[in-house]
Amino acid sequence: MTNSHDHDHDNELDPMTARVRALETILSEKGLIDPAAIDAIVDTYQNRVGPQNGARVVARAWSDTEFADWLARDATAAIASLGFTGRQGEHMHAVFNTPQTHNLVVCTLCSCYPWSVLGLPPVWYKSPPYRSRAVMDPRGVLEEFGVRLDKDVNIRVWDSTAELRYLVVPMRPAGTDGLDEDALAALVSRDSMIGTGLAEAPE
Amino acid sequence: MSGPDRGADRPLPPEIADPSPFAEPWQAQAFALVVGLHERGLFEWGEWAQALSAELKRPGVADDGSDYYACWLRALETLIGEKQIAEGADIDALAESWSRAAHATPHGKPILLENDPLTS
Repeated sequence: MTNSHDHDHDNELDPMTARVRALETILSEKGLIDPAAIDAIVDTYQNRVGPQNGARVVARAWSDTEFADWLARDATAAIASLGFTGRQGEHMHAVFNTPQTHNLVVCTLCSCYPWSVLGLPPVWYKSPPYRSRAVMDPRGVLEEFGVRLDKDVNIRVWDSTAELRYLVVPMRPAGTDGLDEDALAALVSRDSMIGTGLAEAPE
Repeated sequence: MSGPDRGADRPLPPEIADPSPFAEPWQAQAFALVVGLHERGLFEWGEWAQALSAELKRPGVADDGSDYYACWLRALETLIGEKQIAEGADIDALAESWSRAAHATPHGKPILLENDPLTS
């Protein structure tokens, strides 16, 4: 509470909070949810999963060609081997950027996103402009993110579904030969794994 | 591939510096209810994606994504209605009861549903 006048007022629930409470009440009375499990889910997605997981996958792929091959063949299993598994039964597919092809991920349907490796999506990923423009004008979208690609680089747009989610493996930056996986992972931003960014150059 | 028919000419919303994926606590709760119900087997994830997509494609949805979790909540209510778990009217009535309970609860005390003066 930041408002000093609040102290002598009654409690108020805003309408959305009251509505969610009503749903929780109904669902737990019917035995369909366990409030403790709901709290655990919130904690997981607020605090535990995030792009650091995906950065770990990319750094391993950059460091270990066998792992990279596995990731290309069966991303779901390769990613699970690092302890990151999806809870929606979705399959993962890793798409690798090359000097000829840049990959960009969108969900035109709603907001499907590889939660287990990137956490929950940023607001722009869920917005109508991104969802439609990433398909129609990917080059323009990339420029808005400050990514300018040569004209001869193809852009492949991957439309996520409830069953299949994509992870972009950005190109390894130059000058990173001696770096270990931790140092490499620090160069891998969330956006670089959606395709709206590139991996950063080492300092 | 059929993209959504809205938002085609409009700018992307700005990046928000706050790293929390939820702007308000109710959004996190609404999110977790869906994940929990799916884990419980109430629906397939594809079914959920269709329900959410239907809400996100309604006219008037905000370009900046700010009403995303309001859409999320409506999609959840739709699925709950289809599964005959609760009707919209039941949810309305109970939400009003929660609001009355909050209003009747002194500051510093936990808000409990039984504090609703019309039901106790």
